[in-house]
Amino acid sequence: MATIYIPSLMRDLTDGQEIILVDGKTMRQIMTNLEKAYPGFRKRLMDEDSNRIKPNIAVMLDGRNANRSLLDKVMDASEIHFLPAISGG
Amino acid sequence: MATNGYNVIGTRPIRHDGADKVTGRAIYGADIQLTGLLYGAILRSPHPHARIIKIDTSRAEALPGVKAVATAEDLPQAADKMADLGETIVNLRDASNNVLAYGKVLYKGHAIAGVAASNLHIAQEALELIDVEYEVLPHVTWVMDAMKEDAPILHEDMKTTSLGEETDKVSNIANHFQHKIGDPDQGFADADVVVEREFTTQTVHQGYIEPHNATAMWNEEDQLTVWTSTQGAFAVREQLTEILKLPVSKVKVVPLEIGGGFGGKISVYGDPVAAILSKKTGHPVKITMGRDEVFEGTGPTPASYIKVKIGATNDGKITAATTYMAYEAGAYPGSPVGAGAGCIFSPYDIANAQIDGYDVCVNKPKTNAYRAPGATNAALAPETVIDEICEIIGMDPLEFRLKNAAKEGSRRVDGPVHPRIGCVETTEAAKNSDHYNTALEKSDNGMLRGRGVASGYWFNFNGGKSAISVSVNGDGTINMLEGSTDIGGSRASISMQLAETIGLKATDINPKIVDTDSIGYTDVTGGSRTTFGTGYAAHATGQALIHEMKARASKLWDVPADAIDYTDGVFCYKDDKEKRGTFKEIAKQAGDTGGPIVAQVSTQPDGSGGGAFATHICDVEVDPETGKVDVLRYTAVQDVGTAIHPSYVEGQIQGGVVQGIGWGLNEEYVYNDDGMMTNASFLDYRMPTTLDTPMVETILVEVPNVAHPYGVRGVGEVPIVPPPAALANAIYAATGQRIRDLPMSPPRVQAAIAKNAG
Repeated sequence: MATIYIPSLMRDLTDGQEIILVDGKTMRQIMTNLEKAYPGFRKRLMDEDSNRIKPNIAVMLDGRNANRSLLDKVMDASEIHFLPAISGG
Repeated sequence: MATNGYNVIGTRPIRHDGADKVTGRAIYGADIQLTGLLYGAILRSPHPHARIIKIDTSRAEALPGVKAVATAEDLPQAADKMADLGETIVNLRDASNNVLAYGKVLYKGHAIAGVAASNLHIAQEALELIDVEYEVLPHVTWVMDAMKEDAPILHEDMKTTSLGEETDKVSNIANHFQHKIGDPDQGFADADVVVEREFTTQTVHQGYIEPHNATAMWNEEDQLTVWTSTQGAFAVREQLTEILKLPVSKVKVVPLEIGGGFGGKISVYGDPVAAILSKKTGHPVKITMGRDEVFEGTGPTPASYIKVKIGATNDGKITAATTYMAYEAGAYPGSPVGAGAGCIFSPYDIANAQIDGYDVCVNKPKTNAYRAPGATNAALAPETVIDEICEIIGMDPLEFRLKNAAKEGSRRVDGPVHPRIGCVETTEAAKNSDHYNTALEKSDNGMLRGRGVASGYWFNFNGGKSAISVSVNGDGTINMLEGSTDIGGSRASISMQLAETIGLKATDINPKIVDTDSIGYTDVTGGSRTTFGTGYAAHATGQALIHEMKARASKLWDVPADAIDYTDGVFCYKDDKEKRGTFKEIAKQAGDTGGPIVAQVSTQPDGSGGGAFATHICDVEVDPETGKVDVLRYTAVQDVGTAIHPSYVEGQIQGGVVQGIGWGLNEEYVYNDDGMMTNASFLDYRMPTTLDTPMVETILVEVPNVAHPYGVRGVGEVPIVPPPAALANAIYAATGQRIRDLPMSPPRVQAAIAKNAG
């Protein structure tokens, strides 16, 4: 199962847990299973219109930005972080 | 021949676009001339905050020579939703309202209306005939004031969000986020020394020499073409299609040469206005900003307030760090505080830390990216606090940094783990440098001298999306089309990577940056991504080309393509060394082997392979009478992965350092009590010139990036991060005064010295 690091301001959804394990082979499965286990994540992370990660949220999968595609493969040893999205100059 | 095992990479060929640029033949936005061209001008708000009661354009429209007037009423209503434009994220309603104000003006200089006329003088005269009735509102132009309970509210419907969760509180605080790792309280309890300080930085501009410009032609078939100066033609296209509600296929953006961008030329300003005016008139319309408009109507980088607390043991190990970061977003949400938060402690391996970030709206222009956006503000705080700690515990500041340096496997405070990076190697190179090991001589004329060091980090983006299209000419040279705007020598660096891959010389490649109809989608040139990401595409295109060339050779020699090797620019059949030919020899026979040889590849690399690190050493001389600071010597040490074209890498570093020196010593938007910027010209906005800076020495540390076939690591942004902190530490060493507010301009430095003397 992938390891998800929950930002401190989202830990109200996980009963204060900082790290949780979620099953899934793709980012889409991870997001679905995260919502099942801890309802509320979808509303905070997903754009309902496009059914994609909100543009102002950066999902970091093993150190890389996984916002662009929920088809990204997730491994058992994968690490996932939710961060504010950033832009460069 | 390079000394690094490559044939092209690491050499210093003349840039492909050099001759046209130095002779004035290169075409910039202001050079565009089209039949029937009209000239546009923009009416801007004289107030920092006001409700628009009424706009009457009738007098302007009646002026002879005026062809059309446009206001926000002429723009389609934009949705209140976020759009991802590659490297930039915008709220479409905010973006539209920033182009032409709807309902309220939120800063002095906010665009209200556009005029198209037969010449610029008439257009400007017509602006004075547009009657706008305002209800002037209280304003706020400093982040900490805007966060107060009784602050004037810019957006009555904006509530603070926390990582996607909206609160019930109407506020100028658009967003609050928090990163936490370990147990900071315990970390501070374990420390022998704890230092907590507050810092402020002011609004500064990217200062590109070429003003924004756009020429638009909206034809009878609703096909819109825009010629513009931009860091990303596709990003402009995306914004235009969203703001004007046009199908993507109906919009073509032609990127012209760019006279500087540094992050400020990603968002659109005059482009949609020129488009609407063209639609109304049936003529092409050109809008070019004046310098005051660039300062007051585009996107500078934010002012900020940062409080940092760091604890360490007497033997120099950081035990905990916390920070409170409040950044001004300007008129609409979206400051780079998130990026600043990700960078602020990232040169260090810290087990216990917490970061709280706030994105705050104020009555200033909407901020935009500026070279490592957010990171320069951020670095000032920890890098000077660390200097203070080193003095207290009596440790060399570079030794302290080495002892705490981030390395592969170190977890950043915002979560992700560093891959293979060059932080340690960079700090070691600084420590071993000639500069650091040469004592600073004392002044013999009463001046005060001191040396400071500071480090910095910038993420470097994932690489993003890039497309390359090549065609092989009959003589074996290559025409290469790309979508990456060249703002720092990337034509050369991309060409060199293609040349290396296919075994040709850089001069055999003819690079062209083309419009959005002529190449696959390419993300903006920004985020230190282009030489990495588009170079990645060039390598992949080269591989595809070699594959095709082998197929052609197999036809010529009637042998299997997979039995042909390609080494050092020569194709050779494995079983018969007589069957061989150079790239150019095979290319010449394309007519006999299937016709023109082309290849086109788009790529999206899987991560950037880690960020960039820099450590800078700075010697200053301070005049105790005037407070003027002169930089005597400056050395920038940086992990550059593999330097594709070392001269351009050095140039990127030197340019970033000079901008950082300006930010640290002089640059600021000066606002009066009425919320007006009082120094919107290059006469009064003090940028450094060559007379203000020494030759910046560079040390290129090459820790090849494992995520790139040639080890490329983005180099363009991190050099601007350490300078203000390095200067602050040097000024302290010279004067004994810690200055924690930017800019460290002569009055501020002089006051600090005088206060101490008094």
